[in-house]
Amino acid sequence: MSAVEGALTAVDTAPLIELRQVSRIYGAGLTEVRALDGVDLRIREGEFVAVMGPSGSGKSTAMNILGCLDTPTLGSYRFLGVAVETLDRNQRALLRRHYLGFVFQGFNLLNRTSALENVELPLIYRRSPRAERHALAREALAMVGLAGWEHHTPGELSGGQQQRVAIARALVTAPSLLLADEPTGNLDTARSHEIMDLLTGLNRERGITVLMVTHEADMAAYAHRVIHFLDGRVADAAPSGASA
Amino acid sequence: MLWNTLLLALREIRRNMLRSVLTILGIVIGVAAVIVMVTLGDGATRQVTQQIESLGTNLLMIRVGQRMGPGQQSNAPSFGVDDAVAIRRDVSAARAVAPSASTSLTAIAGNRSWSTTVTGTDNAYFDVRNWELESGRFFSTGDLHGGRAVCVIGATTRRELFGAMDPIDQKIRLKSMACQVVGLLRAKGQSTMGMDQDDLALIPLRTFQRRIAGNQDVTLIQVSVRDGESTEEATKELERLMRERRNILPSEEDDFSVRDMKEITNMLTGTTRVLTALLTAVAAVSLLVGGIGIMNIMLVSVTERTREIGIRLAIGALEREVLLQFLVEAVVLSSLGGILGILLALGASVGLTRLLNVPFVFNGGIVLIAFFFSAAVGVIFGYFPARRAARLDPIEALRRE
Repeated sequence: MSAVEGALTAVDTAPLIELRQVSRIYGAGLTEVRALDGVDLRIREGEFVAVMGPSGSGKSTAMNILGCLDTPTLGSYRFLGVAVETLDRNQRALLRRHYLGFVFQGFNLLNRTSALENVELPLIYRRSPRAERHALAREALAMVGLAGWEHHTPGELSGGQQQRVAIARALVTAPSLLLADEPTGNLDTARSHEIMDLLTGLNRERGITVLMVTHEADMAAYAHRVIHFLDGRVADAAPSGASA
Repeated sequence: MLWNTLLLALREIRRNMLRSVLTILGIVIGVAAVIVMVTLGDGATRQVTQQIESLGTNLLMIRVGQRMGPGQQSNAPSFGVDDAVAIRRDVSAARAVAPSASTSLTAIAGNRSWSTTVTGTDNAYFDVRNWELESGRFFSTGDLHGGRAVCVIGATTRRELFGAMDPIDQKIRLKSMACQVVGLLRAKGQSTMGMDQDDLALIPLRTFQRRIAGNQDVTLIQVSVRDGESTEEATKELERLMRERRNILPSEEDDFSVRDMKEITNMLTGTTRVLTALLTAVAAVSLLVGGIGIMNIMLVSVTERTREIGIRLAIGALEREVLLQFLVEAVVLSSLGGILGILLALGASVGLTRLLNVPFVFNGGIVLIAFFFSAAVGVIFGYFPARRAARLDPIEALRRE
């Protein structure tokens, strides 16, 4: 699927993600903190969106809600048309299991566990048969350029390689949405661009919707559009010039 | 899924080998202690039963006087041979009746001497006490009626007086009487009270009365009851007969006592059982302590692996899947402890029973119980840490370093 076709289908379908007047409030009364304050946001399938903003701007809270790890205090979040705020903890876990992939700044791989086993982890929870699990995990590792590294543990891999394993783990289930929380935050510039190329490629060639939080403008430049958060609100949603 | 969880648990245990071993040590010791206690207890009970059975089954012992404690002299008259004859004639349940009298004497053979118990009795004695011959013969009718100077000796007496030499037809001196050894009894081994049953010499009752005691007294009559007959009934019958023969008025107490070996067996095995139960209970406490050790380590493990739990939850693990993972880990740990404990216990039991000279009785039931108990300890003490893991907030868990 080309980028143009991806954009066309994105226009035609209902939004993958729709936040309406979402607020996330911590504490109550005088100590009340509004981490998110009436956020409206729509992301269509096939988009590559970067989220930027200073720390404390609410972008992490937004990512947690979008990732179905947290629920809004007020407002509604529809993911694939499902009202996430009405789901309980286990239902949200199932949503994550079947539709979401996570990539974290700190990689968050299981220590002393081989790359292959790390990538297989989400498939285990999906009850995939053993043979299928191996095949899919090897395929995913090959896709991120780690063919031949299957049996190395995170300790034996460089930071860039670890993040590739994490990406392989996120995409091995062919998720509808890949959430990346500062995926290049712990990597040097060269490694960062490699990871961004990888994410861009996955978005373009496999049509995976990518939502990425970043601090760095040159990483955000890979995205179709950039959403700026400020004080718990969306500041603007200007298309980024670089790759659109 | 369960298979995967099991493999995962095993991998996690292998990863922290030293810690796992230390964790299950409590369970290992607890399980081992329980099994060893029960095995030794069973062995002791078996030994008591065996030894009392080797004295003769369904054995009733009639003595002069009531409850002969140490230093307690009875001035009641002794029995006579005619009492034994009367019992043989009147008590139908009696299969064999052996009157006897004994004393402690120094036996001399060549230049060796040995202090032993010399008992005067007849051939029924061998029957009621389950003695078998190693070599030689029992008493002949001539020996018994003629009061000849012949004797049958036990294995210990033989060892002390003759060493490895064949004692048959050798002479031993008892007091001033030189008597010919005609039979050697098969060894029985130690008795319950630590007394050596094989330390004895038997001579015909008439010989004993004439040549050693110098009177016609019979101090003990042993009666073996026919199979299928009740020893209680036989005891009553004996008491009635003896009261009649000894002219005891209905208002008077018995001046003799009839003891049922079965009662003694029951009493002794009962005591061993109570002791075993007590020691087992103490050992079971260490199992409990072992369980707390597992809970402690599982809690540490949950704290240590908070991030891993966060990853699993973020990826889409359900609460119950995380719970199951940690629960299975705790159960696998404690079951491993159980298995190691069982192996240790079997080794220790075999060694200890040999050391204490008690028969080794394998009790499959307690091994199974100990194993399932150790697994149950894992479930009970693993549940709390596992629930704590399952209820972690994935956001918090992922933030933790």
